[in-house]
Amino acid sequence: MLQIPCPHCGARNQEEFTYERTPDSVVRISDAPDAAMTTLYARANPRGEEQEIWVHLCGQWLQLTRDRLTHAIRDVVPL
Amino acid sequence: MGAGRYNALALLRGAITGHRHWGRAWRAAEPGGPYDVIVIGGGGHGLATAYYLAKEHGIRRVAVVEKGYIGGGNTGRNTTLVRSNYRQPQLQRLFEYSLKLWHGLSDDLNYNVMFSPRGALFLGHNDADMARLAERGDALVAQGIDAELVDRDELARMVPLFDMRRDARWPIEGGLIQRRGGTARHDAVAWGFARAADSLGVDIIENCEVTGFLREGNRITGVRTTRGDIQSGRTGICVAGNSGHVAGLAGIRLPIESHTLQAWVTEPVKPMIDTVVMSQSLHCYFSQSDKGGIVGGGDPDFFPSYAQRGAPLRLEDSIAQAIALVPAFSRLRMVRTWSGVTDMSFDGSPIIAPLPLDGLYLNGGWCYGGFKATPGSGRLYAHLLATGTSHPIAAPFDLERFAEGRTIDETGGGPLPQSR
Repeated sequence: MLQIPCPHCGARNQEEFTYERTPDSVVRISDAPDAAMTTLYARANPRGEEQEIWVHLCGQWLQLTRDRLTHAIRDVVPL
Repeated sequence: MGAGRYNALALLRGAITGHRHWGRAWRAAEPGGPYDVIVIGGGGHGLATAYYLAKEHGIRRVAVVEKGYIGGGNTGRNTTLVRSNYRQPQLQRLFEYSLKLWHGLSDDLNYNVMFSPRGALFLGHNDADMARLAERGDALVAQGIDAELVDRDELARMVPLFDMRRDARWPIEGGLIQRRGGTARHDAVAWGFARAADSLGVDIIENCEVTGFLREGNRITGVRTTRGDIQSGRTGICVAGNSGHVAGLAGIRLPIESHTLQAWVTEPVKPMIDTVVMSQSLHCYFSQSDKGGIVGGGDPDFFPSYAQRGAPLRLEDSIAQAIALVPAFSRLRMVRTWSGVTDMSFDGSPIIAPLPLDGLYLNGGWCYGGFKATPGSGRLYAHLLATGTSHPIAAPFDLERFAEGRTIDETGGGPLPQSR
């Protein structure tokens, strides 16, 4: 199981976290409709490292740099 | 071509000769070409595609390129359930088309895929569930698909090991059964399609991973592989689980995220459950394999992963549910758990469609329900790859549906792959 470092609480079990989406798929209010659709639906989905937005049950949002093949977490920043 | 047609006489002959006459079921093909069609991915869907391309469209210069060995990928990692009792009409047509093919598949392939129409049962746990199941059953019957509402007493007779107490953790009020549904042996399906496709001249090239595409302008003209470049007229991606990765090699982003789905199996025991049991209001499904093990699963892991291994969390959910429904399971030892990678699409439905580059096509996004579609998916994809146009049953499953608001969302989960 993943141990995810919450910037507020420290390392916690993955059970306490929810995966949300990738930072590049957050639709901005200023996006044109076509761009918004691409942002909403198209994913790089790499077999390797990717940036991911997760949320801890304490309410802290975080951005992980995580390898989707090995599950290694390289970096975490609070959002 | 190995031992020719499989039949009782060949078995009898083997009984005398010590079964030493059986040859390879398919050739170990070397990369050749140029091919009319290359199918990337030697899973059930890819091999079925190649088979129907050769059989129904007369296209014999076909290659299947597979990064590992046949039956070694996600085809051998599902829980082998076959049914067509969906709610959305587009999905009903797609999966019913496939279910009809399952019923003649062993004869068609001359290979025993061990298809066992033992019935696929959805459980209802309360009045609201039963109303929902009745509504689904009506919708199915209106489409000419079999569905039968069963009450509590009949269920207790069908599966005597159910916990039918009123104060059970999840009381069982009744169910909806599709008697033509059931299970099939998943790797036999891959082997059967491989052998049948090979006998029609299809080259099945194993240990050959696609590492890129050959391009002329906006046109894909073949694939780069670990065993050299191979040229093709049309190229079909059929690698569900890894669609994002392979499409990414062509610079295409798909409405798909890869997630893991876990499954478990117990030690083999004597027959105790003779139907497929599923609960959609909880989320678990289980059946007894022909070898005797109880095979089951539940939710995917809810975060992106290509790892082919999962955490105990989701596993624990589905096992707890299965034990609550059939308390006798608690006495069985679990012998193995595993996981496969699934293409989670953004509406829970597959994509069988041309991609934005000429000559490149996609069959993927099956979420965790693709096994049951294997023959139908292959036949519909073969139609697309042979003619360049979608079969009417596959037409709704295009890429444009997301932008145009025509998503086929069985669960109403909205545009996030982890909400299926």
